[in-house]
Amino acid sequence: MLKPMNVRSTAAAPSAGLPAKAPAVATAPAGAPVSPRPVTPRASARSMYLLHRLLEPNAAYTRLAAWLEAVPWLRRLFTAAEKGVKQEIFGCRMCGQCALPSTGYSCPMTCPKQLRNGPCGGVGSDGGCEVYPQMRCVWVTAFERADSEGRAGDLLRLQLPIDHRVWGQSSWIRYWQGRDEDLWTETGG
Amino acid sequence: MFTVTAEVGPPRGADPAAVVRKVAHLREWTAAVNITDNQGAAVRLSSWAGSLAAMSAEVEPIMQVTCRDRNRIALQSDLLGASAMGIPNILVMTGDHPKFGDHADAKPVFDLDSIQLLWAAKAMRDEGRLLSGRELKPPPRWFLGSVENPAAPPAEFRAGRLGKKVAAGAQFVQTQYVFDTAPFERWMAQVRDLGLHERCYILAGVGPISSLRALGHLEAHVPGVQVPAELSRRLRGVPADRVADEAMAACAETISAIRQIPGVAGVHVMAVGNEHRVPAILQRAGIPKALHARAGAGAEGSGLPAGSGGLPAGSGGLPARAAAGGGGHAG
Repeated sequence: MLKPMNVRSTAAAPSAGLPAKAPAVATAPAGAPVSPRPVTPRASARSMYLLHRLLEPNAAYTRLAAWLEAVPWLRRLFTAAEKGVKQEIFGCRMCGQCALPSTGYSCPMTCPKQLRNGPCGGVGSDGGCEVYPQMRCVWVTAFERADSEGRAGDLLRLQLPIDHRVWGQSSWIRYWQGRDEDLWTETGG
Repeated sequence: MFTVTAEVGPPRGADPAAVVRKVAHLREWTAAVNITDNQGAAVRLSSWAGSLAAMSAEVEPIMQVTCRDRNRIALQSDLLGASAMGIPNILVMTGDHPKFGDHADAKPVFDLDSIQLLWAAKAMRDEGRLLSGRELKPPPRWFLGSVENPAAPPAEFRAGRLGKKVAAGAQFVQTQYVFDTAPFERWMAQVRDLGLHERCYILAGVGPISSLRALGHLEAHVPGVQVPAELSRRLRGVPADRVADEAMAACAETISAIRQIPGVAGVHVMAVGNEHRVPAILQRAGIPKALHARAGAGAEGSGLPAGSGGLPAGSGGLPARAAAGGGGHAG
C-alpha cells in the first residue's frame, strides 16, 4: 500500500514577514549531488491532488507525527519509507520542505538550479532544460500538470527561501506538525 | 519618454580602464549601463568593481547580481556594499549554470532563486531587515530590477512570473533578446492585462548580431534565445564585410517596432564587445541622446530613493527618465 504522499494544506500562513524557522532536529545533511537532473513525475497530477485531500493535517496525524518523531527508530523507518516512495515517483532529494502540492507535483528541487519560483530564462523552445536539453524542464512540466487540473494559480505563490538544516528530514512529519506554514505566501510579496 | 540602457561586460583581467573605455561610448546615449556578473559563468572582474569603474566615468551603473555563485550571506553582504558605495541600481537574476562557463567544475550555489533574492532585497531596503530578521542601520537604498525571457516556455506563465517578480520587489525588468517581435507582443498583451507595466518599467532586450560567428554562437549556445530564420537568412545573405551594418539596421528596425508597443518603457541594448556601435544603432532608430543631468553617478548618496516611493524628476538615472513621462511608481 502506498504511503501517504507529501502534501500540505493549500491554505498558507498569510505572513508577509520574515520566516522564523523552527529549530531543526539533528539529522545529517543528505549529501545531495550538486547539480540535480530534472525528473518527470511517475504519477498523474489528478491522483496526487486527490490523495492530498486524504492527507490534510488533522489532530490524529499531528499526534502520529509527534510520536514518530519522538521514537528514533520509528522516525528513521518512516523517513526511509517516505524517501523510497517519493524518490521513485518524484525523484525526491529530501530537502524536507516539500513544495510538490504547489507545483503540480513536479519537484523543483530536481531543477539543476533548484529554482522554487518558476523556470529560468534558459528553457529551450521545445520545453527542454537549459542544463540537460534532452530532459524536460520541471517547470514546464509543473505548469502543464497544474494547469490541466485548474491549479496554475498555485505557481504564482511566492516560495520563500528554504532552511538548509532540514535536508534529510521527513517533510510529512514536519507538515503534519504545522512546521511548513512559512514555506510560501499566498499572493507573493 | 523612451529609456535606453545598455550592457557592458567587465574584462578578464584587473584593469578598470577597460570598463571605463566601454562605458564611455554609452555615456551620452543611455540612462544607465548594466555591469554583468560573470556573464556566461565565465570569470571576469566583479560587477561591483565594474560598477564603481563606470561611476568613475560618470556613467550610472546597474550592478548585476546572480544567485549562481553566492549564498544568502554573501549576497546580502554584497548588496549592502553596493548601497554603501553609492551603486544606485541592482539587477537580480538566477544566472547561467556553471556548465556553460570556464569553470564547469565549480559548485553551483543557487541558495536563493532570483525571486527570493528580490524579496530579500526589498525587505532589506523597505523594512531594514536581513533574511535572518536582524535589523540594518541604516538600510540600503537602490532601485531593484530583474529579467525575463518572454519567448521561453511555458509562454502562458511568463507574464505571471513577472508578476511574482514585481510583487517580490522588481521595479524594472530587462528582457532577453527580442529578435522576433510577435511573441514579445503577445507577452506584452498579458503584461498589460495584469497591469504590470504600470508597476514596473519594461525594457525590451535588443542587440545587433555583429558577425556570422556571433550568429552561430547565439543559435547554438545561448540558452533561451531563438534567432528567427528570417533574420538568420538576412545576415547570411550579405557579404561578410556588410554583416555588421546589416545587423545594426535590423536592430534599429526592431527598436522602432518595439517603440510602438504600448506599455514598453524602453530598450536594453546588449552589444557586448560592440558597445561603440550602440550610438549609431540608436541614431538609426531615431532615439535621441539621453541628455539628462547625471546628478547621481559618482556622487555620494546617489542611490535612488526607491524605497520612499517617489522618484526625483530631473535627476539622472533610469527610473527618473522613465518617470518623467508618467506619474508615481509603485515601489
